Amino acid sequence: MATLPADKDLLAASAPPHERYRAAEHFRDRDHEFDAVKLGVWLFLATEVLLFSGLFVFYGIMRMLYPEAFIHGSSLLDWRIGLLNTIVLLYSSYTVADSVRCAQTNDQAGLRRNILITFFCGLAFLIIKFGFEYGPKYADGKLPGAFYSYPNAVSEYEPLWWGLYWGATGIHASHVIIGMGLFIWLYIRSLKGHFGPKHYNAVEGVGLYWHIVDIVWIFLFPLLYLIH
Amino acid sequence: MASITTGSKAHHDDHGHGSHHGHDDSYLTPKSSLWATIVDWATTVDHKKIGVMYLFTILFMFFIGGVAAILVRLELFEPTRTIVDAAGATSIKGHLLGSVFQGGSVALDQANNTYNRVFTLHGLVMVFLVIVPSVPASLGNFLIPLMLGAKDVAFPRLNLLSWYIYVLGSLFAIASALAGGVDTGWTFYTPYSTSTEEGHWRVLFMIGAAFILGFSSILTGLNFVVTVHKLRAPGMGWFDMPLFIWGMYGTAIIQVLATPVIGITLLLLIFERVFHIGIFDPRMGGDPVLFQHFFWFYSHPVVYVMILPGMACISEMIAVFCRKKVFGYRAVAFSSLAIAGISFIVWGHHMFTSQGELSAVIFSALTFLVALPSAVKVFNWIGTLYGASIDLKTPMLYALGFLFLFSIGGLTGLFLGALSTDLHLHDTYFVVAHFHYVMMGSTLIAFVGALHMYWPKMFGKMYNEFWGKTGFWLVFLGFNLTFFPQFIMGAHGMPRRYASYVDEFTIYHQLSTVGSLVLLVGFLVHLGNFIHSLLAGPKAPPNPWGALTLDWTDTASPPITHNFHHEPVVTHGPYDFDDVVPPQTNPVDFPISAAPGKGKAH
Repeated sequence: MATLPADKDLLAASAPPHERYRAAEHFRDRDHEFDAVKLGVWLFLATEVLLFSGLFVFYGIMRMLYPEAFIHGSSLLDWRIGLLNTIVLLYSSYTVADSVRCAQTNDQAGLRRNILITFFCGLAFLIIKFGFEYGPKYADGKLPGAFYSYPNAVSEYEPLWWGLYWGATGIHASHVIIGMGLFIWLYIRSLKGHFGPKHYNAVEGVGLYWHIVDIVWIFLFPLLYLIH
Repeated sequence: MASITTGSKAHHDDHGHGSHHGHDDSYLTPKSSLWATIVDWATTVDHKKIGVMYLFTILFMFFIGGVAAILVRLELFEPTRTIVDAAGATSIKGHLLGSVFQGGSVALDQANNTYNRVFTLHGLVMVFLVIVPSVPASLGNFLIPLMLGAKDVAFPRLNLLSWYIYVLGSLFAIASALAGGVDTGWTFYTPYSTSTEEGHWRVLFMIGAAFILGFSSILTGLNFVVTVHKLRAPGMGWFDMPLFIWGMYGTAIIQVLATPVIGITLLLLIFERVFHIGIFDPRMGGDPVLFQHFFWFYSHPVVYVMILPGMACISEMIAVFCRKKVFGYRAVAFSSLAIAGISFIVWGHHMFTSQGELSAVIFSALTFLVALPSAVKVFNWIGTLYGASIDLKTPMLYALGFLFLFSIGGLTGLFLGALSTDLHLHDTYFVVAHFHYVMMGSTLIAFVGALHMYWPKMFGKMYNEFWGKTGFWLVFLGFNLTFFPQFIMGAHGMPRRYASYVDEFTIYHQLSTVGSLVLLVGFLVHLGNFIHSLLAGPKAPPNPWGALTLDWTDTASPPITHNFHHEPVVTHGPYDFDDVVPPQTNPVDFPISAAPGKGKAH
């Protein structure tokens, strides 16, 4: 039907895969598919925002009820480590945006480089998180609820704060890990030449996902580390 | 309009690119061997097959939930209580479940505990595994691309994934039930749900099942929103869409926007049980009412995920079997969106007794607001019936049954939305009767009616009209006999979720139990009718009801694998019965009505 011959037949088999790519048959053409994928990804991002919104409500209500526990808990976090991780994630958001641009301009080397850098930024985020935050806090007994054993609490409600800290950063970190898996997948596909100016749906979609992971952190960082 | 010939029956196994072999085969045509057929279905991305797979898994879950419901009703036939005889010995009377599952000799505590587990199982299965996915995942998957003139939903592989996630979630729920089930009620209210059976995995499994099923619901909703936006056939604007699509679109928006909230809620509940993070635990400074807010922020909108698809089906049934344009098309369409929007701001009416007075007043006022778009729909449907020559086939009987039952269910909802009456009625059988009139009497009634209407399209076989109608009357009468007495005993103070009761309620409970058995027989009649139709039913014509939507006018029964031979072009509205002879029918069967003064499309 509406699939144009140019989409499938006129290109030599030697053309790179992204030029030979045909949209799935229930779409008119590649642009139609791209629009649908983009709408789908944005709807998915809306679900992510609503998922994290539960944690932000948790923060707002419990901070209102027990400000002293939250202020003291916050003072036990090192804002410099949080800032370092913020810089790492912000830089990775730049590289992932640049990878979309590289796909659009058919800069294959730049595409692969940016995907790799973004992956390693995710890894760096996790190393900093586990090495300098989760590890020492676990050793100190700054743990959620019933596992809490830190001796220097100023408020009996501090276990709640640590429950929020571990819950929110843990769910965020799991999103980082999922994102790193997606970047491995993108890198393998980019080696095969799957992405180019006319077909970069996956790069765009994963890029948008990575931005939401970044934005959630941009809200978590001041709420957890900076507000006193 | 081109008439569609039935597909060639030649065997074609090659579905490679550019090949047009096999395109004329029905989607139900089996592969060369049984194993190949099974693999084909298990890996299919065809929305029709996924819809059919959903249909049968949902009907199986409906059977499980139904068995639990019958057990609850049989248990309540007599009040469960301890009897002390003249010699001073005690025994338990009226405890059917105990005598079946525990050999008869149980203490009253155990008797009540068993009852709690069975009604919890009934609620969880019926809400999460049956009603939420019922119409969207089965009929929606099957019909939305056909009605829009598309070859498939926007993301076919996500669609298949959603079915597997559904199966995974149901396996978790079944595993939990087989290990003894949970006694939390389907709402998992804290702190009970975080402390009952401390450390046992079956509670975690049941919460996990609901969490997993959420992803299936999100994927279905996301797919439908994008499909409706992007895959409408040429010539089909938003207001040329069948009203079924409008209902499903409203449903899909709620599924996408509400389900993530239950996701984080259940995740926090799991953290609470495993790590004791304290958020819902008052001993640690947490707030159990916060759980109720989180829970109902999802679970109230999801009430409309349950009813909107039912309304979507009713619009099609009434238009087609009245052979009339739906009165106030745009009002019915927009009321679907209004219901979806308002559904997000009324969750507090589930918590009138656990929140402050001011917020209760506000939520009460907002609750009355949501009655408006529902009433708009009902009045428009009744307006469509007026002056129509109504064809009382089984689906139309179900549509009329829906109007009757939904009106009762909706109006009794207003009693509960008013603060003063709610204080008297809350947590009684009045509430139970109200939501059964809406969820079962409306949604499932619409589902069964729509199943009759679309059965010929899905399987290419006609069902038997006599047995269909017999089944309807048994279901309709059985349903009212089951649930109407519950309004009365609820108003008289019978609380919900008790295995025992005082003697004055016995007659109502016994009527209710008898009604549930009539209802069971009604469903078994339908089951027999459907099985007979599959085995020996007459072949269905492509457009047996003379409808004007693309699923009937431009596809075979059952549809070919690729849905349409050519991309359909929409040239008339979905309900222009006054102007258009239904394609793929014998024109003698469906003459254009001669009524003067009826407008043309648009």
